[in-house]
Amino acid sequence: MKRTITLAALIAASPTLAQHQGHDTVEAADPHAHHAMDAQAETDTGDQPERPPDLHVSHDMTQGTETLPDAENAPPQTAEPDPHAGHSAPEEPDPHAGHRMDEPAGTHDDHAMPGMADESALPQSGPPPEAFSGPAHAADTVFPPAVMAEARENLRRENGAMTVGLVSVDRLEAAIGDGEDAYVWELNARYGGDIDRLWIKSEGEGAFGGALEEVEIQALWSHAIGPFFDFQAGVRADFRDGPDSAHLALGVQGLAPYMFEVDLAAFLSDDGDLTARIEAEYDQRLTQSMILQPRVELNLSAQDIPELGIGSGFSDLEAGLRLRYEIVPEFAPYIGLEWQRQFGDTADFARAAGDDPDRWVLLAGVKFWF
Amino acid sequence: MTITRRDALNGALTLGGGMAITALLPGWARAQSHAHHTPMAAASPGVLSGERIALSIGETPFAVGGRTGHAITVNGTLPAPLIRLREGQNVRIDVTNHLDVDSSIHWHGILLPFQMDGVPGISFPGIRPHETFTYEFPIRQAGTYWYHSHSGLQEAMGHYGPIVIDPEHHDPVAYDREHVLVLSDWSFMHPHRIMTRLKQSPDYFNRQQNTLFDGRPMTAEQRLMWGGMRMMPSDIADVTGATYTYLVNGHGPAENWTGLFEPGERVRLRIINASAMSIMNIRIPGLPMTVVNADGENVRPFTVDEFQIGVAETYDVIVTPAGDRAYTIVSESIDRSGMGRATLAPRPGMAANVPPLRERPTLTMRDMGMAGMAGDGMDHAAMGHDMDGGGAMDHNMRDGSVAPGVDLNPGVDMIAPMPVDRTGDRGLGLDRVGHRVLVYTDLEALSPNPDPRPPARELQIHLTGNMERYMWSFDGRRFSEQVEPIRFARDERVRVKLVNDTMMTHPIHLHGFFFELVNGHPGRHPRKHTVNVLPGGFVRFDLTADAPGDWAFHCHLMMHMHAGMFNVVTVRPLDGDMA
Repeated sequence: MKRTITLAALIAASPTLAQHQGHDTVEAADPHAHHAMDAQAETDTGDQPERPPDLHVSHDMTQGTETLPDAENAPPQTAEPDPHAGHSAPEEPDPHAGHRMDEPAGTHDDHAMPGMADESALPQSGPPPEAFSGPAHAADTVFPPAVMAEARENLRRENGAMTVGLVSVDRLEAAIGDGEDAYVWELNARYGGDIDRLWIKSEGEGAFGGALEEVEIQALWSHAIGPFFDFQAGVRADFRDGPDSAHLALGVQGLAPYMFEVDLAAFLSDDGDLTARIEAEYDQRLTQSMILQPRVELNLSAQDIPELGIGSGFSDLEAGLRLRYEIVPEFAPYIGLEWQRQFGDTADFARAAGDDPDRWVLLAGVKFWF
Repeated sequence: MTITRRDALNGALTLGGGMAITALLPGWARAQSHAHHTPMAAASPGVLSGERIALSIGETPFAVGGRTGHAITVNGTLPAPLIRLREGQNVRIDVTNHLDVDSSIHWHGILLPFQMDGVPGISFPGIRPHETFTYEFPIRQAGTYWYHSHSGLQEAMGHYGPIVIDPEHHDPVAYDREHVLVLSDWSFMHPHRIMTRLKQSPDYFNRQQNTLFDGRPMTAEQRLMWGGMRMMPSDIADVTGATYTYLVNGHGPAENWTGLFEPGERVRLRIINASAMSIMNIRIPGLPMTVVNADGENVRPFTVDEFQIGVAETYDVIVTPAGDRAYTIVSESIDRSGMGRATLAPRPGMAANVPPLRERPTLTMRDMGMAGMAGDGMDHAAMGHDMDGGGAMDHNMRDGSVAPGVDLNPGVDMIAPMPVDRTGDRGLGLDRVGHRVLVYTDLEALSPNPDPRPPARELQIHLTGNMERYMWSFDGRRFSEQVEPIRFARDERVRVKLVNDTMMTHPIHLHGFFFELVNGHPGRHPRKHTVNVLPGGFVRFDLTADAPGDWAFHCHLMMHMHAGMFNVVTVRPLDGDMA
């Protein structure tokens, strides 16, 4: 209940005031009063409503008048209830007026620890026993419990159980350099909740005008093992000119410190060959839509796999720099440059096949997702 | 044929009759010069009052900025009609759902029996398609409130409107005229799609990221620090002006909603942030605002030039525009990617200068909950020793021992190592603006707090999340994981401490109660229903658990709630259990 002084004119006009018990106030005896009232206010009958501490009172003086400048609105800072505040007192300087207005900007630290005094340790005792009494669900006492159960399940699913899919073609590019020009794709798709997801990853390449040389598809179950990393396990199938192969795949993928996207995976083929792949990339925004992306991919093998042209140890490295322009975040054409290097026996296999194990290629492509 | 907001406004113009000047836009914001105890005429367009009210939820085309989209509306308007009630009355509200999916209305900030609170799955089953649910409750309070759907993401599509409750007796706030300002964020992208995009790419809507050539380069040290945490100092708002048009009373910036005044009048602005995802900075260049009411409860007046309003908060301010000139009301998104704009003017058609968007704010050490470590909270260099080893930093930023109640799972990317009480801090990005800015410690209840008992126990709740996965939770547990409810014994007095372990400001809302925000005014703590918890900080509130039943408790950023930052508060025993 909050009431306040009102002008005589209003009082007369307001039937609700009839119920207010009037009480006389000693005018001008109020040390807290701080605003002069206009002449009309002086006619106040003193028949004012009973009030709890009410310092909005400084506003009311303007009712129907124009005499109070706006700057007078600052409240007194007293915490005491003041039943007489503002009631027709002589104008005098108010030591508190404008208190808050003087506060310089940016000084919030000055009062950064409100309430620290009552910081005294309250018990973290958990709810008292009666908090566990009664029905599990209050609304079951009003509505049919079966209907409520269904609504509860909806609410549960709605708040945190969303599943989302993403199909992202991270690279779809032409690689132009010495030798055959090639096209390459890398597709990553996922579907699932926050923690468990199905991933489909595919990479492939072929020569322009030639056959599709190699297609790799992985199907992985992905489980979050930390805020930034997923553990992934599944299968990989390779299709190529030569012998097809199948692998078990095991890896971790996520965001490493300093914002590197990394994907580490090990593969065990149906022939018992063990290989591994490390991919890392970093997005450096140059402008809001222009992004420079260094990307490296390193392949390793535990053994020679002559039929695939792979030698043991570090087999090959791709180190590229792509500059993409996000026309919209979902669609970004890019150009780039990539160094492709094969090592050791892998390089020898390449040379034997008439390929250059150390070459630079120009890239032009597009990244898109939906 | 549906009625658009603009049709309703045209109606106001023609029907307004004698109120030629004040009947401009929109119908329900019209002033009542002196007799402010007389409710706004029930016949005013867009204003509903009395003991019996009918609302109808439906789909309506909504146009702004030259485009038209689909809105979910109440009685065909966006925002929904103003419901104007009087403290002490009873009200019966028949809500008919004309959608093909369930709907609901939650009366935000209103104290009422739990089964009338309007949250499907907690208070009631929801309103089935083409059915009517009758809400009935007594009005036990006065002030500025609002209502909105609590079903799915309907609120983000326009299903919200204002409630003004006049006090039973005299209003301690004197004013000559009032305008209701419903702030909101409108997107032509369906909110489900917005949520999907956030899950796919959490920075999707951020077009103000740190770049190499943005003229505000980070030092190598800063890059290492932020990179080491795998977070971005530019991560201020999840959904931004890249997709949002910021509305004032359903009007985009170009449409310039205008409220009229006569020079010298005391104008009460009832400002409601009905946005789905947008915390706003409010200012009226050239016009100081005297805050008189927050979240429906009167506060001792104080004057500011700007304030930050969390989603679902309300502030009433008094302004006294003096001259024969117009003033621009600016509602700027917290990340400054866009703004809503309206005008106060003595005559229709006037406009004032619209200030440009200010520079995007940057998160600081204080926002990481390292204020205690960093001395003044702003000194990045002070972290130097922690960053030497990179790994040490990781450890510090996710140390579960400082938050034993938190389930430290992949959904939690950070634990604020040294959170501080930030009720004395300005809202994010306002720490350096050169004028008076509201801080929570300015708020002091006008009436003494009703329950003088000190709290008997403290309950800590951590606000947690993982920005990379776009997961949000309380204590690391998403609501979908069948979490244990927050249990209170009836009438017990509890202190709740909300610790923000994320880098975002979360407006946390508790249904069914006012809580007293502990801000250094014991006995007169401001009573609120929604509180902004600044990143890396904490707030505490005292609560008297006097409302038996089950109540929703959640972050009012819709997508955070939808991602799991939600729980149920239970208060037992219920009436029937009381022996």
